[in-house]
Order: sequence, then C-alpha cells, then structure tokens
Amino acid sequence: MSLNAQPKPLLRVDKLVKRFGGFCALDGVSFHLVSGEVLGLVGPNGSGKTTCINVISGLSRPNAGQVWLEERPVAGLPSHRLVHLGINRTFQVPKPFLSLTVRQNVEVAVAYGLRGQQRWDVDNLLAMFDLAAFHSRRAAELNSVQQKMLDFARAMATGPRILLLDELAAGLNPEELQRVARRLRELADSGIALVVVEHLMGFIGEVTDRVIVLNAGREIFDGKLDAAVHDRQVVDVFLGGSDGV
Amino acid sequence: MSLAFLLLPLVYNNQLLLFNFVVFLTLAQGVNVIYGFTGYLPFGYVGFFGAGAYGFSLMVMHLHAHPLPALLVAGLTALLLAVLLTPLLRLEGAYFAIATLAASQALNQVVSNPNLTTLTQGPYGISLSGVFAPNFAYRVAIVILAVTLAVVVFLRNSHFGLALQAIREDAISAGMAGINVVRERVLAWLLSALVAGLMGGVYAWYISVFYPETVFDLSVSIFAIVFALFGGTASVIGPILGVAILYGIYNAIGITTPQYFQFIYGALIIALVMFLPNGMVSLLRRWGLNVP
Repeated sequence: MSLNAQPKPLLRVDKLVKRFGGFCALDGVSFHLVSGEVLGLVGPNGSGKTTCINVISGLSRPNAGQVWLEERPVAGLPSHRLVHLGINRTFQVPKPFLSLTVRQNVEVAVAYGLRGQQRWDVDNLLAMFDLAAFHSRRAAELNSVQQKMLDFARAMATGPRILLLDELAAGLNPEELQRVARRLRELADSGIALVVVEHLMGFIGEVTDRVIVLNAGREIFDGKLDAAVHDRQVVDVFLGGSDGV
Repeated sequence: MSLAFLLLPLVYNNQLLLFNFVVFLTLAQGVNVIYGFTGYLPFGYVGFFGAGAYGFSLMVMHLHAHPLPALLVAGLTALLLAVLLTPLLRLEGAYFAIATLAASQALNQVVSNPNLTTLTQGPYGISLSGVFAPNFAYRVAIVILAVTLAVVVFLRNSHFGLALQAIREDAISAGMAGINVVRERVLAWLLSALVAGLMGGVYAWYISVFYPETVFDLSVSIFAIVFALFGGTASVIGPILGVAILYGIYNAIGITTPQYFQFIYGALIIALVMFLPNGMVSLLRRWGLNVP
C-alpha cells in the first residue's frame, strides 16, 4: 500500500493464519519490511500483535500462510534456526536466564547465536545497554527495565538483520524512552529492520517510519502514523464506533 | 580426587565401602549433568545403572567377553535406553521425574521376568565369578569417576555448559540465543546416561553376584539425587560434598544404628531444604569462597 517505490523487502509476511482452538488470533495478516526500516505494529489488545511476532520468531507455527525472509520460506522453522538466519526478538515480559550472570546471559548468545560471522564483543554490548556496571550480577537481581535491556543485548549479540521488539518501551521513564528511541534509530540506520510492537503512540511516532494497524488478526492500515490517526477504520477500532462503519 | 581413592585402599581396608563411594560420587555427578545443568530431575536414573549392569553381564555370560569391552557395551546399553527415552524430554518437572521412574521400573520387570531366564537369569540373579577381579574393577571405577569429574569441570567452564544452564533457566530464551535446545538437551541426557551405564557395568563386575532388585533399586536414584541436591547442583564440588557428608553419615551410623541415622538424615535434609535450598555450596559461596 506504500506509494513510493520500495527496495526489495527483507521480510514478507503473507496471509498468516494462526488459530488457537476456535479463536483466530491471526486471520490472514500480510505486510512486508525492508532493511533499515522501523515498522510499528499497533492495535488494540488481542489484535494479534504478539502472536504475529511469535510466529515470525518461530515460537509457534502458523496454520496457514508463509513468512519469507528474502526468497526463503521460514515459517515453522525452530527459533534457533531463525536466529542464525538473522531474526531475533525481545519479550514483553523480559525472559533473561535468571540464575546466570549478566555477562553469561550475553556470552552464551554470542557463542551460539552467530555462525561464522564477526563476533560482538560482550563488553561493548553490555556498555551499549548500560549493563556494564552489573556484569557480574545475576540477571535475577536486575530491575525489569534492565532485564528488558538484557533481552535486547542478547538479541543484538546474535547479529540480527530483523529485530522484533515486543513492548520494549512499556515501563520506561521519559529519559530512558528517549535513549531507547535514539538507539532504535541508530540500529535502523545501520541497516537492521525493526518491528516495534507498542502502545505508547508518542514513542511509535518518534521511532517508526511506517505503522501497520492490526485488528482482530488482520491489518487494517499500512502507512504513516499521522495518516493512521485520520483513518476512519483505525479511529473506530481504537475509540469505538458504530458497527459496520 | 581419583588419586585419593587410588591411595586410600593402602590405609583403609574396606575396599567395598570405598568402591560404593566411587559409585555414588559418579552417579551424583551424572545427576548433576542432567538435573543441575539442564534442569531435568531423573527419578528413574537407576534404570541406566541397571541397564549398564545387565549389558555388562549379558556380554560376559553369553559371549564370554573380556570385562573391558563388556564395559563398553554397558555404556552403549544405557545410551540405547536413553535414546529410547528421549521423547520423555518433552515432559517437564514432576512429569518427567515420574515418567523416568516408571521406565526404570518397567525395565526392572522385563529383566526379572522368569520367562527370560535363559537370557537374563530372570529373578534368580547373575553370577559372574569367572571375571571376578575386584582390584582391577575398583581401578576402572576410579578412571570412570575421573572422566566424569573432568566432564563436569568442562561443563562448568565451557559454552556448552553455559548453554545447558540457559536451557534450564528458559528454553524459549535459549532458542533466541541461538541454542539448538533439543540437541543440547539430548546430548546432556545421553552423557548423563552413559556415566550411569558405565558405573552400572563396573558395579556388576565388582560385586559379580547380584539380583535385578540390587541394580534397579530405587534408593540408588534417590541417593544420587539427594547427594547432588544436598551438596549443590551445577557445581563440581557440590555433589562431592553431598556424597562425602551424607553417604559418610550413612556408613558411619546408618547400618549400626539405623534409628538415629534416619532421624539425623531427616533433620539434615529438612534443614537443608529450609535454609539452603541451593545446597551446601551456596553456604560456602555466601561466606565469600569461590567454589568451582
């Protein structure tokens, strides 16, 4: 739906369907992503944002549809394979290895996440996410924002080309938000494609180039956030409106 | 460690007791590999021990094999059993514990089936007097202990060990760190089974007369697990401490005055679970000692 001529998409999500019993979490969602782009994935609770990320990152298999990484179909591959192909993510509720030290958390990802590529320096990564001072602490001792950053550092340690960030900004204070927003723009400028799932519209507006609005497992809007807020359907979904529009 | 057990018989003449220490030190470390590092509690761990003992015995009885190649077969038998049981790794926590327990007891029943008397001697037990060589077997057991300890030291210091611990902490995140969760888990499982199988083989060789219930005795599992937990898992020293203290107490008073033994044992275990759920090692670490 984007108007300007796009470079070849890095990731193409094609009519993805994911059902949980009778509930259809994804109902044929499609979108694409190019290198260096920050794509916002927004929508009300239960609209399928996290399910979408779970399918792309290999945590669950789609019932139908396909995910293309360049020319390669990757839907249903196990997570570690996707990680080696360059897809990684963070979690809404951070999931670090709690009893391991902060350094070990990142070290194991550096050791296993890269296949013959240039290796990240663990200390650089820790410094980049303001974790250097805690490197010998157990991850369980970090606060939740630091644990989110540790998730992020672990994802970065695997040298991703595509990074899926699930509600990274929730719970951050304004200063931290600024810093994270700047970091995301830097990563995008270095060529990484980012998918940002978020409820904070200010943050979305600041970091994304484009947003996809999901509702009931389907994309209902694809374009700039500014345009989205004037879209009838989007406004109805977020603020409630008459049935059938 | 192994050197100590090599020299101890010179000053202490109860070799059987020392041998049992070697057996439990090895089994506790085997439990450490699969539970301490990887997070799977194998209540049926004795199944691998018994499989090893019978693998060894069948080779010696039917093929008149030399004990050393028979020992390899003991390890292979346990590995084969572990491969058969890999689907159990899909289970977690108590379910996994119970499923392995059931598997080990099923194997016990198969081996002691009277209809298999021509093959396994059924419930009537095994006699391997032809290869009886306790001093040799004792030394081989020490070698197996040394190799097992080396494996655990490796796990403590390698990326593989770190990956196993990552899987234990969070299998989904481990996948996101690029770890092939299924493969590494199975490797740890096989490693742990191999250790028990080899020890089971040596045990059969050393005592040379035994019954199915001797080598499939659930208390072998329980001892190995309690020793490992008591000392502290995912460490090298923990299980050693556990065996030294608990098996030491067991042998000091467990046989002569079992009533006091059970009392002290129970009290120790309750105290540990309440105050030191991460084992003796966590106490030492709290004191600022760097425990490997």
